[in-house]
Amino acid sequence: MIAARRVGGRLLEFVIVVVGVTFIIYATVWALPGDPIAALGGDRPLPANVVAQLREQFHLDEPLWQQYLRYLGGLFTGDLGTTFSGVAVADRMASRWPVTITLALTAWVIEVVLGVALGLLSGLRRDSAIDRTVLFGTILATSIPVFVVAVSAQLVFGLQLGWFPIAGTDAGWPTSYLLPALVIALFGLASITRLMRGSVVDSMESDFVRTLRAKGMPRPRIVGLHVMRNSVAPVLTFVAIDLGFLLGGAVVVEGIFNLPGIGQLLFGAIRTHEGPTIVGVGTTLILIFLVLNVLVDLLNSLLDPRSRHD
Amino acid sequence: MTETAAAALEHITVSRGVWASLRRRILFWLSVAILAVLAVISLFPELIGGLFGQPDPRACNLRDSAKPPSAAHVFGTDLQGCDVYANVIHGTRTSLFIGLTATVIALLIAVVVGTLAAYYGGIADTIISRLTDVFLGFPFILGAIIVLNSVGERTPLIVAVVLAVFSWPTLARLVRTSVRTVRRMDYVSAARAMGISHARTLFTHVVPNALGPVLAITSTMVGSIIVAESTLTFLGVGLRAPSISWGLQMANAQSYFGTSPHMLFFPALFLSVTVFALITLGDILRDALDPKGRRL
Repeated sequence: MIAARRVGGRLLEFVIVVVGVTFIIYATVWALPGDPIAALGGDRPLPANVVAQLREQFHLDEPLWQQYLRYLGGLFTGDLGTTFSGVAVADRMASRWPVTITLALTAWVIEVVLGVALGLLSGLRRDSAIDRTVLFGTILATSIPVFVVAVSAQLVFGLQLGWFPIAGTDAGWPTSYLLPALVIALFGLASITRLMRGSVVDSMESDFVRTLRAKGMPRPRIVGLHVMRNSVAPVLTFVAIDLGFLLGGAVVVEGIFNLPGIGQLLFGAIRTHEGPTIVGVGTTLILIFLVLNVLVDLLNSLLDPRSRHD
Repeated sequence: MTETAAAALEHITVSRGVWASLRRRILFWLSVAILAVLAVISLFPELIGGLFGQPDPRACNLRDSAKPPSAAHVFGTDLQGCDVYANVIHGTRTSLFIGLTATVIALLIAVVVGTLAAYYGGIADTIISRLTDVFLGFPFILGAIIVLNSVGERTPLIVAVVLAVFSWPTLARLVRTSVRTVRRMDYVSAARAMGISHARTLFTHVVPNALGPVLAITSTMVGSIIVAESTLTFLGVGLRAPSISWGLQMANAQSYFGTSPHMLFFPALFLSVTVFALITLGDILRDALDPKGRRL
């Protein structure tokens, strides 16, 4: 019963957040100073009748809340707006999904596997040389902007050493995706490593580990069975939040490595000042982020024994 | 009276303990030294910029386009023939300005909103928590891209405000948790029982005591905002030409990285060292303030 109520509460929260987020996007795009219709004409002013027709076409003379409802309705039916050249933004995105999903999943696997391993390693050898090196590395990874890492990796591993293709997806998976995925994974990798290290340190000092030690359980078994299981939970929660960073990173990295995915569409749209594409793609990515977050939350509360039994 | 005295005494011992553990860390002094140097640079860019004879970042000579480092231009020149060193020095102020301004705005919003939610609870808490959720719903960079793209003019101040809009919720949550803990302390009940008004209790007892753990995070936040500014500028929705910033320099240098790496390397080096110092300082402060949660 309580679990059901909790799920209901979380879903209601989700709806509120979606409405809030989309309203903020809508309001900033259409209500901020700067006339979107005038911007359509570029440097030349548009004739009055064209302006009037466009204002009617985009329902700009209606009150803001009415315009917003119309936009929200469109979102739910998959209408993300049209580009300046009249193509639906959703259509332009359609063929690009596989690239972005492949890239994000590859990066995800890299950061989770490496992050858990590194975090475990340094958490078990707290304050050792390895631990200090790993911590130094995690701060370093967060201090360098993604695009600097991407450009450097492209130059060194792509151009000079020739280990990876420099751009495009012609070589297929994994060759074409490995280097860009590594670059995106770096930031999340640092966070997962730190989280994992922190919870391993906590677990190792906890009462249950002391008990297991006292009853003579061998260390590998304590770590493998008990410490791991208790330390991975906070990491799992982070993995969902991290998808937002992955998608943001994908914009930069797909742009630099010229991977024809959703991120590159947004990257190109910013360069060519394609307002509707920027808003459409941006909104979609944010909505995906929100949906994944709620899914992980629900999964967590279902997996958590505390919510199962009360 | 004795209770206040005891509280004051405890406060002194706590801050001494924090100071004592900070003082022994080499990394603490290293970060402070780096940040002090950067502060001097951004206060007197003309002076520092003039050290190698090229004080003006806008004095450019196209004949010297993209020259590697030399005696005349210690960090080399960029594509327009401008001195990279002078630009890096002048860019320091912009990057630090954006980082600090955005963080201060975010902190102000967070303190007001988080304190109201935690101290009054009830309906205020519900509304504020939902509002926080909405803003946390934006992945940082994506939200900033959409908003900045719609803003016509993008000065350092506007970029800082937009970044603050997307960073206050994290701080607000921290303030809320922190204030909820402090609110239950005996000295707060005592203050209320003595007839001190809500406002005075908040300003003199609750907020100062709740702020410690939050301040440690702000140092890290200044760093992430500086990185975010450079990324947004690189994408083309951040600062624009008349401004001088590390982000702009790197964005312009990116296409020529293969042939003239120095144009990207030096601003990137300054930015990374700055952010590294800020994050390290934040980590050390958090460690010192909360010895139980020692996680670094």
